[in-house]
Amino acid sequence: METIRRAVISIPPDIKEAIRKAYLEEDGEVAKAQLKAILDNIELAEKLQRPMCQDTGTIIFYVRVGHSFPAIHVTEEALIKAVRRATQDVPLRPNSVNPFTSANTGDNTGRYIPFIHWEVIAGEELEFTVVPKGGGSEYPAVLKMVPPGKGVDAIKEVVLDAVLQAGAMPCPPTIVGVGVGGGADIAMVLAKKAASLRKVGTRNEDPVLARLEEELHKLVNYLGIGVMGMGGRTTALAVHVEYAHRHPANYPVAVVFQCWATRRATATVKPDASYTITQ
Amino acid sequence: MTIYYLKTPVREEEVRRLRVGDIIYVSGVVVTARDAAHRRMIDYVKEGKTLPVDLKDGVIYHCGPVVSKKGGGWEVISAGPTTSARLELYEPTVIEEVGVRIVVGKGGMGPKTAEACSKYGAAYVTFTGGAGVLAANAIRKVIGVEWLDLGIPEALWVFETENFGPLIVTIDGTGRNYIEEVVERAKAVKSKMPTKFTQSTFP
Ligand code: SF4
Repeated sequence: METIRRAVISIPPDIKEAIRKAYLEEDGEVAKAQLKAILDNIELAEKLQRPMCQDTGTIIFYVRVGHSFPAIHVTEEALIKAVRRATQDVPLRPNSVNPFTSANTGDNTGRYIPFIHWEVIAGEELEFTVVPKGGGSEYPAVLKMVPPGKGVDAIKEVVLDAVLQAGAMPCPPTIVGVGVGGGADIAMVLAKKAASLRKVGTRNEDPVLARLEEELHKLVNYLGIGVMGMGGRTTALAVHVEYAHRHPANYPVAVVFQCWATRRATATVKPDASYTITQ
Repeated sequence: MTIYYLKTPVREEEVRRLRVGDIIYVSGVVVTARDAAHRRMIDYVKEGKTLPVDLKDGVIYHCGPVVSKKGGGWEVISAGPTTSARLELYEPTVIEEVGVRIVVGKGGMGPKTAEACSKYGAAYVTFTGGAGVLAANAIRKVIGVEWLDLGIPEALWVFETENFGPLIVTIDGTGRNYIEEVVERAKAVKSKMPTKFTQSTFP
């Protein structure tokens, strides 16, 4: 619950730094004014302890659980309860709607929601990252199964088209997450992790992918869509690429956007239930 | 680029002066309206009924605020803009029939709204997406709320604001549409880019 609160109120330091840097580098007055508004908003949210954006998103958890973490069997229930309490106490906007009846559950839980990604690791601790993901930034996500014959150049096409299509929708400056390979679902999961989990300022450890990220970042910003689609140098704070090996007949390319209001916080829980929160 | 401080009600000549890229701050009465409220406004106009809030020369804000009850009144927690594109269906009629002068939102609007802006002397301005706390901070008080039966986000919230902004003029009274121009330019830039990655990325 405290981790969710932290995530929606305080922006992670890497994002704040990236926005501040963009503010200094922009020379257009319109872009500068909006980056200033974003920075002021971030400060005010901290000061007043209020969610930085009114869309507190759909709650996603990325859990890494140690094989001998003693409370493993109640973890799922505890996370769901935390979402209910955070909805009341922070408060969060109720964003969980039945796709067929449009009925809102009112507490940000529902079928498969919050969604929990599980990973089992060695050890006795539990680590989880919560990502409240805004609706506007999720809307322009794209998955393309490109003809494998087109090869890597298709990635460029898919990413640039997605950014053009997205325009001002995901509240740029964004982080563009790109997932390549695996399969339709795997590419999408990788793209979202690349957008929302990876820290801005980090590069892919594979030098070829690191260069790919840099070139894509340059090209995306060269389009000139800019802050809130009003033109300028900064459309994306970063482009992150992750990949999985693919089937010879498939070449999935997924693009997921993370808006400037990147909400993420990580808790590490010890076997005695003491915890620390980092961002 | 010029900065203007406007007070409501906003006169036509004040709006006609604005140009895309200008920045404005609005003090006075700002009324929120999303999809359901726009639909109902149009029903009222059709049936010849008077709206519960006078919006002639007024300011509409595409926003579903997060509010909490405090004492006998309301407190605004967060009030960032919602995506305006959905309201393209209704906004031209609202500008024409209700006489709204300034529409605040995010993400841009289409050609029909741009046409109505130039014809009737209105402007579409954008507030920085996501900056909900900053917006709430410019709201001095909640004057009232109408159509609460539509739900809290969809109701007409009547706010008294002080220097609400920065709001960027995105469609002006000459019909120029800034975001559309930016996207068109970006498309042209993309069409000239080489389709392959550079040699240095993939040697
Ligand atoms: S896209 Fe992000 S910043 Fe923009 S309104 Fe949605 S959650 Fe907020």
